Amino acid sequence: MSDTPEKVPIDAAQAREEMLKIYPPKTRKKRAKQILANDPKMPPEVGANTRTLPGIMTQRGCTYAGCRGVVMGPIYDLLQITHGPIGCGFYAWLTRRNLARPKDPTGPNYMQYSMSTDMQEDQIIFGGEKKLRQAIIEAHEIFKPKAIAILATCPVGLIGDDIHAVAREMKEKLGVNVMAFSCEGYKGVSQSAGHHIANNGVFKNIIGLNDTPDEAEFNMNILGEYNIGGDAWEIDTLLRKCGIHITATLSGDVNYDQVAKAHTVQLNAVMCHRSINYIAEMMEKKYGIPWIKANFIGVESTAKTLRKIAKYFESRKLTDRVEEVIAQEMAAVRPVREEVTARVKGKTAALFVGGSRAHHYQDLFRDMGMEVVSAGYEFAHRDDYEGRKVLPSVKVDADSRNIEELKVEADPIRFKARKTPEQMEALKAGGFSFSDYEGMMVEMKKGTLVIDDISHHELEKLIEIYKPDLICSGIKDKFVIEKMGIPCKQLHSYDYGGPYAAFGGAINFYKEIDRMLSTKIWKYVVPPWEKEPELAVTLVHPAKNGAKRKGESKTWRASAAVGVE
Amino acid sequence: MLNATPLEIKPREALRINPAKTCQPIGAMYAALGIHGCMPHSHGSQGCCSYHRSHLTRHYKEPVIATSSSFTEGASVFGGLANLTQALNNIFTIYNPDVVAVHTTCLSEVIGDDIPMMIKKSAEEGIIPAGKYVIHANTPSFVGSHITGFASMCTAMVRYFSERRMGMRNQINLVPGYVDPVDMRELKRITKEMKIDSIMFPDTSDVLDLPQTGVYHMYPKGGTTVDDLKSTGDSMATLALGHFASHPAATELDEKCGVPCAFLELPIGLSQTDRLIHALRNYAGVDVPDSITQERGRLIDVMSDMHQYFHGKRVAVAGDPDHVISLCQFLVELDMKPVYVITGSPGNHFENRVHEILKDQVPDAMIKQNADLFELHQWIKNSPVDLIIGNSYCKYIARAENIPAVRFGFPILDRMTHRLFPTVGYSGAMHLLNKIVEVTFDKRDRECPEELFELVQ
Repeated sequence: MSDTPEKVPIDAAQAREEMLKIYPPKTRKKRAKQILANDPKMPPEVGANTRTLPGIMTQRGCTYAGCRGVVMGPIYDLLQITHGPIGCGFYAWLTRRNLARPKDPTGPNYMQYSMSTDMQEDQIIFGGEKKLRQAIIEAHEIFKPKAIAILATCPVGLIGDDIHAVAREMKEKLGVNVMAFSCEGYKGVSQSAGHHIANNGVFKNIIGLNDTPDEAEFNMNILGEYNIGGDAWEIDTLLRKCGIHITATLSGDVNYDQVAKAHTVQLNAVMCHRSINYIAEMMEKKYGIPWIKANFIGVESTAKTLRKIAKYFESRKLTDRVEEVIAQEMAAVRPVREEVTARVKGKTAALFVGGSRAHHYQDLFRDMGMEVVSAGYEFAHRDDYEGRKVLPSVKVDADSRNIEELKVEADPIRFKARKTPEQMEALKAGGFSFSDYEGMMVEMKKGTLVIDDISHHELEKLIEIYKPDLICSGIKDKFVIEKMGIPCKQLHSYDYGGPYAAFGGAINFYKEIDRMLSTKIWKYVVPPWEKEPELAVTLVHPAKNGAKRKGESKTWRASAAVGVE
Repeated sequence: MLNATPLEIKPREALRINPAKTCQPIGAMYAALGIHGCMPHSHGSQGCCSYHRSHLTRHYKEPVIATSSSFTEGASVFGGLANLTQALNNIFTIYNPDVVAVHTTCLSEVIGDDIPMMIKKSAEEGIIPAGKYVIHANTPSFVGSHITGFASMCTAMVRYFSERRMGMRNQINLVPGYVDPVDMRELKRITKEMKIDSIMFPDTSDVLDLPQTGVYHMYPKGGTTVDDLKSTGDSMATLALGHFASHPAATELDEKCGVPCAFLELPIGLSQTDRLIHALRNYAGVDVPDSITQERGRLIDVMSDMHQYFHGKRVAVAGDPDHVISLCQFLVELDMKPVYVITGSPGNHFENRVHEILKDQVPDAMIKQNADLFELHQWIKNSPVDLIIGNSYCKYIARAENIPAVRFGFPILDRMTHRLFPTVGYSGAMHLLNKIVEVTFDKRDRECPEELFELVQ
């Protein structure tokens, strides 16, 4: 929309007041802690990872969704049985776009299947363990899977089914790994609790089962990458070009065996800090694998991440190769980026999504010279906003206390520091940061508006006040936003496009945003008869209702650009 | 594609694989959206609400509003009274609907929350503003299916609103069943064409099939108004379309207000539409206009023109019980052979009724309630079909077995025709025929030997 008028800077504090005005006092007090004007030098404290108040239309889902849908779902040859009534298993079936291309094309891809105990009233009254046992036996009988996971839904915890006991019993009986996840929907305040529960389960039950590393000079994992629209494949291809091998991507296009040997690598790179930092931390403690924050979204970020990885491996050869690859890739990116930037520079965007994307995707907009006026996560914690430095001061409330914190110690045999203390010190002295995430806010401009767990009302207000050119959000908001005439890019499903990661993905994203911002569709919305004065026509027969037409009769020709002006 | 599915069918008692149903609350949410100015409210943890809104949005590609009681562990232990009270306060203050339609979830059902008591308490505390309504339906996810939830919310509309006020009104009630907005629009067109005043509830047309205007209305112009819902008690008759989704509300209305009801099936296909037209004519005392008779004639004309391509074709059908019952009837009218017929929802009526429809023409048809797509796929693997008709999930089977698929029912997540064209009425039947022809001919044109590739069919 080239006719966008010059944007007047909007006062975030005023916008915030405007959003809060309508709320009842208690709600206003709560939301006031989650809507803040940003100061990158001194990020204010965000009331993140707290309960969504009842009756507020939220983007958030539940613990089960975070565990089953996000982290466990993409492990494609792990047979997963949802224990509960049918809905939860049904909705988690093929709805996230974590694409998979099994290494063995004839092998199973359980992502195409939804398995559930389809709990009925009888089990609610008399307990569901018997049915669960039977379901596991049947699944084993039919599919002969390598391993089975049981995922709990709300009623399971309430009726007191001991799914962990059932898992132990079945593991012994069937001779395959059977694991259980107590990810009842009501635990925690959002999907986030489910990520943590899944992290714990994967760490306890899968990682470490196979000590044979993949043969590769530079061997690492990508954590918190879910292969939405094929992002993990982009990253994989890029790293392979550089000569770096990925053992496991957690969890995107990954199989059980890859996860089982994830502890054999030299480095963990964390994409989505929120959903997977637990595993990164635990692998470091138990096996001695350092982790770094990575970001393959946006070309500047991708280049920076590649250089960081090369630096970690301290290999001249790798460093040179990485520079060569960056140069090659940038040569392809540059013309597209320049062409698109010329059209979209200065346009504004707002992002409300997830636990990392609302931050990472700002880099792609920055690549194109676009301004992010407001952003917020759906289910992140304070450290994702303000950086890990606030971790010691994060209050653990009753909802977080529900989620088990595994006590992890160094493995007496398998712990092996990947770097000597001297090497680590030298790297740190050179500006290298381990186990760190600075959060979203330091990278956002002063005076932008940070909104955690944005509500439907706030989103409407935001559009009214900021009139952003584009909003990134999810399926529940998409058509609300578009009904207001603002294009909305879904960052959960990518609107069935992508990949957007790494250099190739960035090109896709630039083109996609260019398409969305330059489409004529929005200009057709107002019909011509609401824009033009009424034209007089001479009727052969008088109008039936006797209505007189205004003005004089004249020859009239439809304008060639009718509807578009 | 689905290559873990074995040929051998082993009995299963406990494991559901690839369900052909989902849980009650989504049906209740959909029905509630068919009340004008209504905010559906999910009393449970917020994941349910999020899942339902997402899936409805994927099917309708429209804003789907709903709120949640956002249970956490505390509410799950101590009960959801505080959550519902706070929710109602927030909803009326912020979103200002005319009606809040509460449905339960497995969570609030397991802990036994007493919703009417909670609503009463909120009313006493002045949280529900004057002239506003809070209604509810119990929709435990561990009973029935999404169709049960839809039926329960329709029944709740009668329970809370219908009243006999001023004697009989010259109007007919229509309970359309769990059909798309475009179907509801088509049903209204038919009654209008027949010059019958009707009240349809629920009515999601102009709610979930909105034009792009650049302006967002949280409560669009569509939906059955509270006034209309109240006046259903004064109607001459209720025509309930579908045993599973619509008959309970009609029965309730008869019991409550003495409105006689006609228990019909979904008007999908020729004779089911005939029955609807016939019932409308008799209950409203009108003549069938020529325009309708001509529509019917055009349908039969296409049926006869293309009959050779339908005759004897083996079809697998999966979907919601009311939809599948009527579709089977239509397939029989086309001389097709629905050899495998399943629904995910429980209910003996389904098997009895489909058997009745198929017994002469397809005596060996396999008919199963409470079945799933995994089992259907195994049947197909053992003895193939020429066509599969069902929701979008069926496309995995279609690809695995290279069978043409017609999308029909709920949900359709990957096509748009269900938003544009009805499946009810004579025009809906023509549309279905067209889809069957398109997918089967497309496959033939793609795969037949070149010498048999023909210009004219």
